[in-house]
Amino acid sequence: MINPMKFVLLTAILTLASSAYALDGQIGIHDPSTVIQCDGKFYVFGTGGGGLISDDGWTWRGGAVRPGGGVAPDVIHIGDRYIVAYAGTGVHTMWTKTLDTNSPDFGFKDDTVVATSDLDCNAIDPAFLLDPGDGKLWMSYGSYIGFIRLVQLDPKTGKRVDPNGTPYNIAVNCEASAMMFHDGWYYLLATHGSCCRGSDSGYNIRVGRATAVTGPFLDNMGVDMIEGGGKLFVGSNGRDIGPGHFGLLDLGDGVQKFSCHYEADLDRGGASVLDLRPVLWKDGWPEAGENMKGGTYEIQSVRTGTSLELAVEGVPVGGRRPLRGGGGGFGGRRGGPGAGVAAGETNAAGGQIAVGEPGGTNAAGGRGVRRGGGGGMFAGQGGVIPPQDVAQVSTNWPAGNVDLRLANYLCQAQQKWAITAVTNSGGYPGSPYFKITIAGTDRALAVSEDAELVALPAFSGGPEQLWRIEQLTDGTWRIMPKSVPNSKDALALSAIGSSFATLGKFDPTSDMQRWLIRAP
Amino acid sequence: MNTLRAILLQASSVLAATVLFGIAAPPGASAQSYGSTLTQPASPTKAPGPDGFLQRWIILDPIHVNGVTQNAVQAAVKTNYFPGQFTVIPRDGDKVTVGDVELIWHAVDTKNYNVNLYHLVHALNKPFTNVLFWAVTIVNCPEEMRDVRLAIGSNDASVWWVNGQEVIGIYGDRQTVIDDGVSKKLTLNKGPNVIRCAVHNQGGATDFCARFLDAQNKPVKNLSLSLGDIGK
Repeated sequence: MINPMKFVLLTAILTLASSAYALDGQIGIHDPSTVIQCDGKFYVFGTGGGGLISDDGWTWRGGAVRPGGGVAPDVIHIGDRYIVAYAGTGVHTMWTKTLDTNSPDFGFKDDTVVATSDLDCNAIDPAFLLDPGDGKLWMSYGSYIGFIRLVQLDPKTGKRVDPNGTPYNIAVNCEASAMMFHDGWYYLLATHGSCCRGSDSGYNIRVGRATAVTGPFLDNMGVDMIEGGGKLFVGSNGRDIGPGHFGLLDLGDGVQKFSCHYEADLDRGGASVLDLRPVLWKDGWPEAGENMKGGTYEIQSVRTGTSLELAVEGVPVGGRRPLRGGGGGFGGRRGGPGAGVAAGETNAAGGQIAVGEPGGTNAAGGRGVRRGGGGGMFAGQGGVIPPQDVAQVSTNWPAGNVDLRLANYLCQAQQKWAITAVTNSGGYPGSPYFKITIAGTDRALAVSEDAELVALPAFSGGPEQLWRIEQLTDGTWRIMPKSVPNSKDALALSAIGSSFATLGKFDPTSDMQRWLIRAP
Repeated sequence: MNTLRAILLQASSVLAATVLFGIAAPPGASAQSYGSTLTQPASPTKAPGPDGFLQRWIILDPIHVNGVTQNAVQAAVKTNYFPGQFTVIPRDGDKVTVGDVELIWHAVDTKNYNVNLYHLVHALNKPFTNVLFWAVTIVNCPEEMRDVRLAIGSNDASVWWVNGQEVIGIYGDRQTVIDDGVSKKLTLNKGPNVIRCAVHNQGGATDFCARFLDAQNKPVKNLSLSLGDIGK
């Protein structure tokens, strides 16, 4: 298949306001390179020359400079050089010591053709892989005409190690290839489907893996990518149509993200835009994760299985039911099951002993449960128990600061957190900062002066009240404050013991800082 | 101990409870031991256990209270039961009067990570349902220790003070779990530090455990424990 519009240069940089939680600022781009960091800034290059810059990975602007024009570049940082490849007449490479155009070290050198087209390969869409095992530099390239090919480059110059050597053919019926190494496997990610047709573009990224850098790259069903195989990594989802051009952004500590463009962002008029999303790993295969979306959630510790809550007295959902009297008292001996407990006490099942005769049905007309032989304390109260009214139960909460802790999740108001993006407060690769408040209130999770957690009565926008929420490669989440008072340390929400939470240095080998963010 | 299990236990005979909990000593046993796990201290000081647990305490006979929820327990521990409730450093055999009942402090060393209060009250023939235990120990530090945390577990609820400051509370019908509750960072003084707790039991088994964790969440072991040798 040929994508004739592939060669149409996309010269306009779109200035778009974010409507959801995709990236912010000027994010119009097509065929983006790998996102790379240089002197604390993020850079990405696209088709047509130039590229985008971001201070935080969230808000982007134009201004990156890449000479040569052409399409679909890639960039890699090796030693003191940034090597850039792009497709003009064949694939070119060149290098510069910095991507910062204000630096005297900026300036691309040694523009060299390293791969050319022939009947069996359209030499476009280059992508680098630096083998972490032996330090060899590889470049894959190609499109729908013929094969995806692989050649070895000199990591110092970006030139071919063997200019007259025969490239390896590694895949077919795809384009925009990229490679990465993970846990002993080489992964080839390539874009299938059609590009450049707006919301009718079928772009999707697929993956195969091999034990050798040269392949064969088999998908999850054992189909070789050189015969068209490929396990889906990411396809169209929601209002983001046609993801293509994978690029790995490894932030360390077990946080991996990937860049891509969507052929059409329906919230941005169907423009082609950049995005950054988490990479997940499941059973040896990468999958596209999701950036945090706003909503109301339970925040559960992976370490403990207990959930973050305000340290206030909880009220059982549905209220405390009256109990049969009998027994109890100081030193008293109670009867066995069925004898009842003192009024106001709970039973072992987490509920209370119900009043009423066993064997009946509920009278509320709701989705009650016909009482079987058990009945009694297990029969419920009949009807649908409505969600807890936070306005009602919070009247008994302290008015000022409240401590945090972890507890068994019981669907109570002090355990439900609203996660909301905060505009104009910056962000991090893929997402803006969020505020985390008790749903239905303005009580905000924050960091105290002594670097402990506290819930403030109201959100006021301070950096100690803003949270970076990122999906880790296992699908769990890391939650970090934007800043910690009186500290320069990057700390993360951390379970300590079974029932308390604090802040701690993120340890990728531990469950202490891993959280499940789930619908309540 | 959760209540349903407590009901089941309490419906059983003392013999059944003895089987379930492995209680060796019947009521009226020697004051030198309380069940199979607690003994009267035989040395002036004691090192923490291998995992840093504080294994020497002096414990007051139980006081009747009601309610295991956060608000109920907080109200219970803030009730003034006897003079010097938050300051006294008792000695073994000291007595206080709560209401019209005379209660006795009992010094114990535990063989385990936890202090089995059920063993204690069973040996003393005291109640264990809807009761509050006050307990004190002295932690002696060779140097000031910053950014340590008190890590506790209890069956059921408990509230803890370090040198007079309330530092942690856990509430509700719960079982003892090591490091269930962990305080915010605190500083232990060089020399003696008074650790005080109040453990509420709603019914059934009851125990607690405590240790200090350092800034790396490792148990603090370079401590010694003593009782009643200061403050009197």
